[in-house]
Amino acid sequence: MNLIWKLLKQHISPLQLAGFFFANLLGMWIVMLGVQFYKDVIPLFTEDDAFLNNNFLVISKHITSVGTVAGRSNTFSGSELDDLRRQPFCRRAAAFISSQYKVAAAMSVNGAAPLQSEMFFEAVPDSFVDADATAWKYEEGEMEVPVIMPRSYLALYNFGFAQSRGLPKVSDGLVGLIDMNIFIHSQGMHDRYHGKILGFSSRLNTILVPQSFMDWSNEKYEPNKEDEPSRLIIEVKNPTDDAIAQYMQQKGYDVEDNKLDAGRATYFLKIIISIVLLVGLLVSVLSFYILMLSVYLLVQKNTTKLETLLLVGYSPARVSAPYQWLTILINTAVFLLAFCLLLLCRNYYMDMIVLVFPQMKDGGVAAALFTGFGILVVVSLLNTWAIRSKVMNIWNRKD
Amino acid sequence: MERIELKNALPKVFLQHSDICSDVWRKEVTLERGHVYLVEAMSGTGKSSLCSYILGYRHDYDGHIFFDGTDIAGLKVKDWVEIRKAHISHLFQELRLFPELTAWENVQVKNHLTHFKPDGRIREWFDALGIADKLDAKVGRMSFGQQQRVALIRALVQPFDFLLADEPISHLDDVNARIMADIIMEEAKARGAGVVITSIGKRIDLPYEKIFKL
Repeated sequence: MNLIWKLLKQHISPLQLAGFFFANLLGMWIVMLGVQFYKDVIPLFTEDDAFLNNNFLVISKHITSVGTVAGRSNTFSGSELDDLRRQPFCRRAAAFISSQYKVAAAMSVNGAAPLQSEMFFEAVPDSFVDADATAWKYEEGEMEVPVIMPRSYLALYNFGFAQSRGLPKVSDGLVGLIDMNIFIHSQGMHDRYHGKILGFSSRLNTILVPQSFMDWSNEKYEPNKEDEPSRLIIEVKNPTDDAIAQYMQQKGYDVEDNKLDAGRATYFLKIIISIVLLVGLLVSVLSFYILMLSVYLLVQKNTTKLETLLLVGYSPARVSAPYQWLTILINTAVFLLAFCLLLLCRNYYMDMIVLVFPQMKDGGVAAALFTGFGILVVVSLLNTWAIRSKVMNIWNRKD
Repeated sequence: MERIELKNALPKVFLQHSDICSDVWRKEVTLERGHVYLVEAMSGTGKSSLCSYILGYRHDYDGHIFFDGTDIAGLKVKDWVEIRKAHISHLFQELRLFPELTAWENVQVKNHLTHFKPDGRIREWFDALGIADKLDAKVGRMSFGQQQRVALIRALVQPFDFLLADEPISHLDDVNARIMADIIMEEAKARGAGVVITSIGKRIDLPYEKIFKL
């Protein structure tokens, strides 16, 4: 093989190969970066909520300044709830029950100075909450209450509170570290409970407790107050159904959901990344073209040598092999280098993303790795095939 | 491979000529293993074409050529690779050596493929042919006569049933031609191979059993 290589390396142009190398590097890097960025960022917009699946909508009545001034009620009556339940898009509906007493809570991590605030609790029937049934329950008189917090509280704690006081930041996986104390004051009673945070929901803007706790505590602390629900939770058959939006508009209800905005952002992100991928692929194709021209030129210049090798008994496969390996080696080097560059860039942008979205999970780089590897395989196969067909042309004396 | 047969074969360029007078073209010719043949030709009568057809790198002929009864028109790439590697060795008229490699490397290009002859034996041939001092010289800097000897050695470092030598001594002196003839016969006998020599005048001195006029 050494002698063959010594023969066939004649006329190799390092300049052309370097041109291909950097062009392909650029192309592959852009494609891999596009795929990786997409993989890293899209979940932030389309993340499924751990406690509420996508078919649930939370609705409330539209609050207008006129309504507020006129003292119009923004609570739902029983007949309105029944009407909603009769709609064909609705699978089931239930009201949020609010706490009728005063609640304050103190949250702290590792015994540091707590974040204290007034709060309110809400509850929905347990069947609407997608949490572990053994954890999501409350027995009368227990001092520990399971709680699901809105994710905005986590951001509030991490950025508004912990940041300014130099306290440790908390991510989703570390909810166990949060020490939450709940104080209930009502009618001369002052009780303290321990809150057990099960997790954070980005689709609920309320602090959720089990219905059994809510029923029991309302009965205990404010036995005479009647609750009028201001928010409903409904499960729909198909959240994209137009009938839902029409019904809500007609009735003057608001759907509490940021999914629409996220959907728009995702859409534009997808378009931008598609353009980036297209540019990357285009650069890759052009670089492939450079390599093919370079190899064709090389084969052309070495035609006599290749022909003689074939005539003295070398097979077309053996004669093609040095050039095929050359391109495969270059492609592999490009792939590895592009991957290293990708890791460098990713480290850089991930630091920034984590700062903004601390709950972000690291999905790994498998997708980019596979894409890069796919390009490597496709380009190498095409190169290999092209070189072989060139050599076969020499065999058949077509040139 | 035991037999090479030509039946009614003729280079296509001669198709227009009705006055072909040849022992080979448009005839039935059989070359058998273990025998020595001479093909004598005038320049331009298709001597090198004949070699190209038998080696499978040109197919521009009319009629048929058979190897052991198989029409070579139906042979596949891998069949030809095997034939060139192990059954028919060809000493090209234009030698087809690699000028950028040394004499030794030129022979090794072939021997690396076949692993047929030990290095010692190859050195003996270089020695016998009087080019031992040229082992490490670039072939491009050697005379045509010296190159012919290198090309012969390259043709011998492979197994073969037929040795096809196209004007092997055109640039050799009588002494070296004699040595070359001895080596060819020694190798051919050792392998029981057939030898086909072509010549346009100066012929290598071998015990020819049949002489064809092309």
